[in-house]
Amino acid sequence: MTDLRKIIIDDREVEVDPALTILQAAEEAGIEIPRFCYHERLSIAGNCRMCLVEVVGGPPKPMASCAMQVRDLRPGPNGEPPVVRTRSPMVKKAREGVMEFLLINHPLDCPICDQGGECDLQDQAVAYGVDFSRYREPKRAVEDLDLGPLVETHMTRCISCTRCVRFTTEVAGVAVMGQTGRGEDAEITTYLGELIDSEMQGNIVDLCPVGALTNKPYAFTARPWELTRTETIDVMDALGSNIRVDTKGRQVMRILPRLNEEVNEEWISDKTRYVWDGLRRQRLDRPYVRENGKLRPASWGEALAAAAEAMRGRKVTGLVGDLAPVEAAFSLKTLVEGLGGKVECRVDGAALPAGNRSGYVGTAAIADIDAARDIWLVGTNPRVEAPVLNARIRKAWLNGATVQHIGEAADLTYDVIHLGEDRQALLDAVRDAVPSEGSLVIVGQGALVEADGDAVLSQAMKLAEELGAGFLVLHTAAGRVGAMDVGATTEGGIDAALDGAEVVYALGVDEMDIPAGPFVIYQGSHGDRGAHRADVILPAAAYTEERALFVNTEGRPQLALRAAFPPGEARENWAILRALSAHLEAPLPWDSLGQLHEALFEAVPHMALVDAVPVNDWQREPLKKPGKGVFRSTVGNFWLSNPIARASALMGQMAALQEARQKKPVAAE
Amino acid sequence: MALDDAKGTKGRRGRPFPKGRPLDDMALADVRRLLGDRPRRRDLLIEFLHLVQDAFGHLSARHLRALAHEMGLSQAEVYEVATFYAHFDVVPEGAAPPPALTIRVCDSLSCALAGAEALHAALERGVDPAEVRVVRVPCMGRCDGAPAVEVGHNPIAPATPEKVLSAVAAGEVHPVVPDHEGLEAYKARGGYETLARLRTGGDPAEVEATLIRSGLRGLGGAGFPTGRKWSFVRAYPGPRYLAVNADEGEPGTFKDRHYLERWPHLFLEGALIASWAVEAETTFIYLRDEYPEIREILLHEIAALEAAGIVPRGHIDLRRGAGAYICGEESAMIESIEGKRGLPRHRPPYVAEVGVFGRPTLVNNVETLCWVTRVLREGPEILSGVEKNGRKGLRSYSVSGRVRRPGVYVLPAGSTIRDVIDAAGGMAEGHVFKAYQPGGPSSGLLPASLDDVPLDFDTLQPHGSFIGSAAVVVLSDKDSVREAALGMLRFFEDESCGQCTPCRVGCEKAVKLMQAERWDRSALEDLCEVMADASICGLGQAAPNPIRLTMKHFGDEV
Repeated sequence: MTDLRKIIIDDREVEVDPALTILQAAEEAGIEIPRFCYHERLSIAGNCRMCLVEVVGGPPKPMASCAMQVRDLRPGPNGEPPVVRTRSPMVKKAREGVMEFLLINHPLDCPICDQGGECDLQDQAVAYGVDFSRYREPKRAVEDLDLGPLVETHMTRCISCTRCVRFTTEVAGVAVMGQTGRGEDAEITTYLGELIDSEMQGNIVDLCPVGALTNKPYAFTARPWELTRTETIDVMDALGSNIRVDTKGRQVMRILPRLNEEVNEEWISDKTRYVWDGLRRQRLDRPYVRENGKLRPASWGEALAAAAEAMRGRKVTGLVGDLAPVEAAFSLKTLVEGLGGKVECRVDGAALPAGNRSGYVGTAAIADIDAARDIWLVGTNPRVEAPVLNARIRKAWLNGATVQHIGEAADLTYDVIHLGEDRQALLDAVRDAVPSEGSLVIVGQGALVEADGDAVLSQAMKLAEELGAGFLVLHTAAGRVGAMDVGATTEGGIDAALDGAEVVYALGVDEMDIPAGPFVIYQGSHGDRGAHRADVILPAAAYTEERALFVNTEGRPQLALRAAFPPGEARENWAILRALSAHLEAPLPWDSLGQLHEALFEAVPHMALVDAVPVNDWQREPLKKPGKGVFRSTVGNFWLSNPIARASALMGQMAALQEARQKKPVAAE
Repeated sequence: MALDDAKGTKGRRGRPFPKGRPLDDMALADVRRLLGDRPRRRDLLIEFLHLVQDAFGHLSARHLRALAHEMGLSQAEVYEVATFYAHFDVVPEGAAPPPALTIRVCDSLSCALAGAEALHAALERGVDPAEVRVVRVPCMGRCDGAPAVEVGHNPIAPATPEKVLSAVAAGEVHPVVPDHEGLEAYKARGGYETLARLRTGGDPAEVEATLIRSGLRGLGGAGFPTGRKWSFVRAYPGPRYLAVNADEGEPGTFKDRHYLERWPHLFLEGALIASWAVEAETTFIYLRDEYPEIREILLHEIAALEAAGIVPRGHIDLRRGAGAYICGEESAMIESIEGKRGLPRHRPPYVAEVGVFGRPTLVNNVETLCWVTRVLREGPEILSGVEKNGRKGLRSYSVSGRVRRPGVYVLPAGSTIRDVIDAAGGMAEGHVFKAYQPGGPSSGLLPASLDDVPLDFDTLQPHGSFIGSAAVVVLSDKDSVREAALGMLRFFEDESCGQCTPCRVGCEKAVKLMQAERWDRSALEDLCEVMADASICGLGQAAPNPIRLTMKHFGDEV
């Protein structure tokens, strides 16, 4: 910690790190300074000139507070702390002037602008502007850009703050946007109309302080003040990004990020943001039973009776799919094991060690990436498996961390030392490892899903031991860690679980083919792979439609809230299992979510500690020698990695774009 | 910007497939051939863009793509830089490339007074637009020969339609290198002896003291005491750089050209002394692209220095600007030397601490370095011994406009506009002195009544003006100050880098407001205040000066 410096801002004396800018120091003092270009997670541009303040004793004109560090302020003649004013007449006049300038060429088309009601320019015009303009000359008009299906542009509204340029180049790591030309001809654009190739581009919509960049799928569908906001958790990957789901009536209209420094900072991936049309399509909104080889609609009573009938006295295996919430996994485990059956959540065959949380979650938190100096990626492509986490790795890399990669070569948006693609590279790394300060090993599911997954995991854990590294298992399924935590596993894994099964109860299982033979009861939200194989379909809520716990990849339980009701006759997941248990005359011992939680918290105490990351005792898996072969990422197509995404027309379009881009060896840097 | 399928973009939900650009093997081969074995360094991007522009007359999308690939840069970066500089012609796919030959007609104040508009019109009538394009450009630093024109890279000043068209017909598109003092001649009169003496046992602190005693101040316009600047830079730990600002772009200024085309070694010795004093790793010379003949001279003479063993090969890195006034601003120049767009940086930190490649950097102007050589050779008295009207030293005034003999005049620093006009042979035939620009458009326009003010650093501030680079343009009773001021703001509008709001929006708006029959004075005054107070760099801060001074002194015209 450096020496603190005293500074007086608007008569408030604060002691701050001299490396802070005046604007940051003012924030510490609880004083808001208006800004457009400044953003705490981006480099400083200092171009909008809205954040002007008066430095007493400095030059007789206002200074940009975002670009001036406290250490550069001169003390008074007798060593008094420097004095800054943010509300003096000079500042007021300067702000009004800059505000007027910003509006000179702004179209003021607020009534037809999607940003209306949540626009920095609008808000600051109210707070710091004047109520008239003397400028009557024609305004500048700029041609719009085609950035692809996600981000819509209205470039005439642009105030050239360059936040979007800085985000894409700095955070997303794709240098595709820039500012061309100069003077009043300067335009924010992409290289000769190139589309943005990033899984995080939607964030530029949030960053845009005006309505120049808006959400294309949401365009003109709602005004922000009509929307009901629900703060909840995303399930598109295992990061558990904190999101806000905005609904109008029963419909999800859009999804935005919420701030959580520990998890997603303030970013979300494009799949998280734009998947919501998938919540409206391909939905299972009524039960079905298969008769004469064909599924026919049925009532809940019929369907539950058919399911109970099938399960009674048979060998039942419960499988927990990727998006299943903790409550559902816990209910299924309790029900099926009560019937003498088996339960398994590792449907992809990942060799996650049951009962050893240091092995299936790890010991490191996501935020530990920030301070890491030496990051090892084993069998993972975080760019597609968890783009926001990947951006954090990129941030660490920008701050000087080295990244070593074992696995399929890929453009991760930062430089990696690629040690090889196969298991031998891991063994070599273990052999050569020496203790390394600030090291962190991140193991992906690609390293664990094959037959020798347990051996690979043991070697990766050994690597972490040799390095003295933190260990993080990067999951791809939002429900996996929670299901592991409740013990939805069978000794021997998925093969053992399915061995001899007569009935498979598939709780949202859409990422695997259930073998022919057993009777299949599918409980889930979408008519995807699992439903097609089913003999009974029990329609369930999707992640925005029920209150439920999800445990993210670092082992943090988070509570998702209900933003909308499930469609048609679909019901909450835990409630379906509770109803079925009644039909089986083996009722689960809870009648409400509250009672279920009580039982859950007793069985798995850390579930009650929402938003906390439990410390896991290090317990390396016994060392085994893996086989041969390369590691492959388990996420084949980022845009289509789960049934909700596959139901989304937009995700389908993005996937098609990606495929076309890969077919053509084009300029995609 | 023209999208290459601009039709019907409204309402479409994205393209059926991404618009990427396959790497064109032919274009890549072109780029590789042009770049040769030059290192593919990021900071050389502008040099490489010049190579492509010179070879093909424009920058096609395929060549930009290939260049980005060859340099390992993103296309957006290359594209940003290419579109920033006026001398690059970016041609998207499907668009027609510009004609092979470009005639540039200067339209800044002195040339405008000398009939640039009529000349432009005559040239446009006289050429085939399919073969030749005629464009207006800001000051080319040839105001003593106004009106000035460049045919390709061949400067013609003064220009007449006949002279220009015959040059076009004869294919004379390359500069004629003027006679200048070569290395041997310079050495024969004691050249490089000072440098040699300093290199064997000189003390930089002593040199700085001598410079301070002489009163030498930065002659690029800011007037910072040279000796003190050197000691600041030297105080920061190395490696350090020297960056010479040879980008004189302030309309009306041509003194650096005057020195360089006559006595290049006077300047080069000064540069090498400065480089010695701050132990510069490299001496960058950032030369404006409007001076192609000077570039020839410098390339030749630097090679001669290298051959003579006076400077290690490669120590002097001559960089070529690309048509951007803002790059005369020192931090913008440094950005440009790094191969980027010329966006001025925020200060602090100052370039003396964080300059080229983030290292401490000494930035000096060409003329300043010429005086360094002379002061150290002839003694500080050559400057400090000259006194007039209470001011000490000498100034090189670039004088143009309505005077009989435009040119560079070295006069005592205390000279008034009357002295300057007298030195230039008095007013031109039939013209009565009315107004003058003392130091480029940034200094605005002063009335003839202010004819007793010494034209020096610090003396014009009380009048809302400054001497800057001493670019004096004289206006007469035949000229409109209002038109002159509008021309100045048009210049700033074109040359604003577009980074900060006040300058980007303000310059454009000012031009519109100044076209009104009667100026809205209160709106303009408010506009001026925001620009002056809130702009990042000197361009935006000084751009209001012509407006303010015109309203103050020539109210009857507006």
